[in-house]
Amino acid sequence: MEGSSLRNTPSSSELTPTWAVAVPDKTTAYQFRLHTPREWTVIGLLVFIALGVIPLLNWLPDVESSLRLPDYLIPLFGKFACYAIVALAMDLIWGYAGILSLGHGVFFALGGYAMGMYLMRAIAGEGVYRSDLPDFMVFLDWKALPWYWYGFSNFGFALLMALAVPGILAYVFGFFAFRSRIRGVYFSIITQALTYAFMLLFFRNNTGFGGNNGLTDFKRLLSFSLQSPSTKLGLYLISVVTLLLVYLLCRYLVVSKLGRVLMAIRDAESRLMFCGYDTRQYKLFLWTVSAIMCGLAGALYVPQVGIINPSEMQPSNSIEMAIWVAVGGRGTLWGALVGAFLVNGAKSWCTGAFPDLWLYILGTLFVVITLFCPGGLVSLVRATGKPTSSTVP
Amino acid sequence: MNVLKPGLMKKHFSLPRFFTSKGWQSLFIAVASSLVVFVTSSTADLQTSLQGLGAANPSDIEQAVSAIGLLNDPAALPVLEALRDRRLRVDDKGALYIMNDDGTSTREAESSSPASIEGLQLRSPVINNVVRRTLLPVIAQLQLQSPDAAVRLTAAEELSKRPRAEAIEPMREALNKEKDTRVRTVLEVALAQMQLKSENPQERLEAIAMIHASGNLGLKPELEALVAKREDGSFAEPDPAVRQAAADAITSFERTQFFISSVGNLFYGLSLGSVLLLAALGLAITFGLMGVINMAHGEILMVGAYTTYVIQRLFQSYAPAAFDWYLLAAIPTAFSVCAVTGMILERSIIRFFYGRPLETLLATWGISLILIQSVRLLFGAQNVEVANPAWLSGGIEVLYGVVLPYSRIAIIFFVIMVVSLMWLLLQRTPIGLQVRAVTQNRPMASCMGIAAGRVDMWTFGLGSGLAGLGGVALSQLGNVGPELGQSYIIDSFMVVVLGGVGNIAGTVVGGLGLGMVNKLLEPLAGAVLGKISVLVFIVLFIQRRPQGLFALKGRLAEG
Repeated sequence: MEGSSLRNTPSSSELTPTWAVAVPDKTTAYQFRLHTPREWTVIGLLVFIALGVIPLLNWLPDVESSLRLPDYLIPLFGKFACYAIVALAMDLIWGYAGILSLGHGVFFALGGYAMGMYLMRAIAGEGVYRSDLPDFMVFLDWKALPWYWYGFSNFGFALLMALAVPGILAYVFGFFAFRSRIRGVYFSIITQALTYAFMLLFFRNNTGFGGNNGLTDFKRLLSFSLQSPSTKLGLYLISVVTLLLVYLLCRYLVVSKLGRVLMAIRDAESRLMFCGYDTRQYKLFLWTVSAIMCGLAGALYVPQVGIINPSEMQPSNSIEMAIWVAVGGRGTLWGALVGAFLVNGAKSWCTGAFPDLWLYILGTLFVVITLFCPGGLVSLVRATGKPTSSTVP
Repeated sequence: MNVLKPGLMKKHFSLPRFFTSKGWQSLFIAVASSLVVFVTSSTADLQTSLQGLGAANPSDIEQAVSAIGLLNDPAALPVLEALRDRRLRVDDKGALYIMNDDGTSTREAESSSPASIEGLQLRSPVINNVVRRTLLPVIAQLQLQSPDAAVRLTAAEELSKRPRAEAIEPMREALNKEKDTRVRTVLEVALAQMQLKSENPQERLEAIAMIHASGNLGLKPELEALVAKREDGSFAEPDPAVRQAAADAITSFERTQFFISSVGNLFYGLSLGSVLLLAALGLAITFGLMGVINMAHGEILMVGAYTTYVIQRLFQSYAPAAFDWYLLAAIPTAFSVCAVTGMILERSIIRFFYGRPLETLLATWGISLILIQSVRLLFGAQNVEVANPAWLSGGIEVLYGVVLPYSRIAIIFFVIMVVSLMWLLLQRTPIGLQVRAVTQNRPMASCMGIAAGRVDMWTFGLGSGLAGLGGVALSQLGNVGPELGQSYIIDSFMVVVLGGVGNIAGTVVGGLGLGMVNKLLEPLAGAVLGKISVLVFIVLFIQRRPQGLFALKGRLAEG
C-alpha cells in the first residue's frame, strides 16, 4: 500500500537536477514557465499511472488474479487524492506565505458538509421515517427544512456552496485577522480556536447538521449509486483530475510574480511593507484560495467515505494536515504531495497493523521532522543533489 | 360474605350496650363541671370512633377514621397504625385489641394494658383502598403532633402527597407550632397546595400569600398553573384578584430565582476561571519567557491529575487510615513529577526550537500525542475516578438551590495561594529577577551574566509544575482521562491571548474573566453558543489590542 501511494508522487531523483527553475532572470523582465519539458514528462507519467494503469489494474485482471487491484483500494486512493489537495492548500499558505493554519480542517469539513447536504437531500423520502426531511430532523421533531438547507437538492448549488462557504468564512476571518496583523503563533492558535468553535457548533443537535452523527447513509450522487464500484472508480478519477488541476493552479500561483511576493512575505514581511506592498491583500487572497481548495477536497471526500461528522473539525485533524506538509517538505508543492501520500498511507497501514503504536509514530514524526529535518523529506533528497540556499523559516 | 355475617350481627348487639354503660356515665360527669365536659365528651367521642374502627363494613370504618381525623387526637395513633398494619383485632363484643410487634402477645387498644385473647373469637377489620385513602392522611395528620421532628417530616410529606381538605385546620395549627424549618417548608407546601384547590377565593388568596411569604421556589409551578389558560381560552382561575396575586408572586419568585442563579453562576464562573488560571499561568510564563507555545501543556496537566490518582491508590493500599490527607502528599508530588517532565522536555527537545515558534507548535503537539498514548497504555483508555477526601466532599447551601461544593471553594483558595506564591517568586526573589530579565531581553540578560539556558530550564519546569497543580485541582472536580488536557488547552490559549504574555496580572484577569463570562453566558445562550461567542469576542478583541489586555509597553514590547 505504501508503494502504491508512492506511485502517484514524483520520483525525486528524476526531478532533482532540473528543479531550481523559476529563478528570475536578472536582466530581463520577470518571466516564468510552469515546468521544464522534463518535468512535464514526469507529471504526464504519473497522471498516466493514476488515470490509466490503476483503473485498468482494477478492471482487467480476474478477481482472483494477484495483479488485480482490489476494489477497496480505489476509494482509499481517492481519499488520499483529496488529502493531497488539502496538503497543497496547506503548503500554499504555510510553505509559501509562512502562515501556519491549525484550522484548515474546518474548511475541509464545511465543503464536506455542503456535499453531504446534497447527498442527504438526494435520498429525501427514503429514510427510516419515509419523510421528506432527513431522519435526524424527524427525530428532533422538526416540521420544516431550516432555511440554510434550501437549494441543496440541486447539485450545482451544493457544489457552489462547497466552495463559497469555506471561501466566505476564510475571507471574513482572514480580513479581521490580517487587518490586526495577527501573525505567527497567535494566528495559529486563533485558527485552532476557530475550528474548535465550529466543532462545538456542529456537535449541537439543534444546529441542524445531524449533531454527533453528522450526515451519513448516502445512496446516490446524481443518480449514480455510491455503492457500485464503477461510481467509486469514477469518483477516484475525478479526484485525481481535480488534484492535477489544483496542482497546476498552485504551481501557477507560486511561480508567478505573486508567488515571489508571497515568499518575500514569508521571509521579510516588514521589509516588503516598506517597499510599498500591501501584504495584507496578498495574504488574504492566498488564504481564501487555500480555503476554497480545502472545501473542494472536502466535497470530493464525502461521497467516497460515505460520512461527514463534526470530528473532522477536531483540532487534531487540522494539525495532522500541517504534518503532511512538514514531512514532505514545505515550500515545495511536490513535497506536500509526497507528505500527504506518505503519512496517510502509513496511517492506513499502521492503524490496521498495530493501532496502539500509531500515535507514537505520529508523535515521533512530529518531533523528529521538525527537529532534524525542517525542510522535510524533500530537503534530504535535495541535499544529496546540489546545494541550495533556500531557507525555510 | 358468609364470613362477614356473624360480624354484622355482633355490631348490632354491641353498640346499644356500649351506650348504656359508658355514655351515660360521661353524661353524669358533664353535669358536674363544664370544663371536664369538653374533655371527657371528646374522650367519649374518640372512644366511640375508635370502636367504629372495629366495624365490619369498610365504609363504616372509613367514617370512623374521618371522625378521628376531625378530633385530631394523637391518642388514636396506635390504633390507627395497628389498623394500617393489619395488627388490629376485634372480639365478638366489639372490644379492640392490638397485636404487638412480636406477633404473639396482644394488648387492649384503649388502655394499652396487656390482654390475653385466649378463648376469644377475633377477627381483623377489613380495610380496602377507600379506607386506606382516608387512613393514611389521618395518621399523617395525627403524626404532625409527634415530638419527633423526623416523624413530623415524613407526616408532612405524606400529607402533601395525599391532600385532604379536612386536614387543613390541623395542619395550620401544626404549622404555627412548628419550629423545624424543614418540616415547616414541607408543611407549607402541602398546606398551600390544598388551599389552592379550595372553593373559597379568600382561602386561595391566603394560600398565595403564604406561598409568597415562604419564598419556596418549589411551589412556582402551582402558581403558574393558576395564571395559565385552559385549552378553551378561559383562565384556570376564575377570580381575577387571585390571578393577580399569583402573577405578582410569580414575578417576585422569578426575581429571586434570577438572583440565586446569578450568584450560582458567578461562583461557578469563578471556579472555572481559577481552574483556567491554574492551567494558563504556566503557559503564559513559558510563552512569555521563550516565545514558545507548548501544545503539550494540557498533557502535563493530565500527568498531574494521573499523579494524584496514583497517590490516591497508594494511600488506599498502604495507608487507608490517612486516606483523607492524600491530597497533601499529591500536591508536592504532582508538582515535582510535572516539573521534572517539563525540564526533561525542555532540555531534550524544546531548547532546539528557540526562534522557530511555528515548528515548536508541531513538535510539542507530537509530544502531547506521545504522552496521551503512553497514559492510555499505562492506565487504560477509560476515565479513572479520583475520590474526594471526606473534608472536600459535600458543600454548603448558601441559598435555596445554591450549593457551593467544598472542593470548588478549596480550589479557589488554592489558586489564590499559588498565584500569590508565583507573584512573590517572580517579583521578590533573585531567580524571579533573572526570569523577568530574560523575558524582557534575552541577549542583554545573557550579557549581564545570566545563564539564560538554565533560566529557561527552571522556568519551563516551574510552568509545568504549575500545570501539575492544575491537574491536582482538576482531579477533584471530575473524572481523569487521557483526553483531559485537550479539553482545557484551547481555553488556556485563549486566556493567554486575552491576558497577554509574560505577566501574571493579565493571566489572572484573563482567566477569571473568561471563566465568568463563559458561565454567565451559559444560561442565556447555552453552553456551546456561549463558548462560541466568547471565541468570537476574543477574535474581535485582539483587533483592538493585538498584544492582549496587559501589553508590555515601550521598549519592552519589541522583545
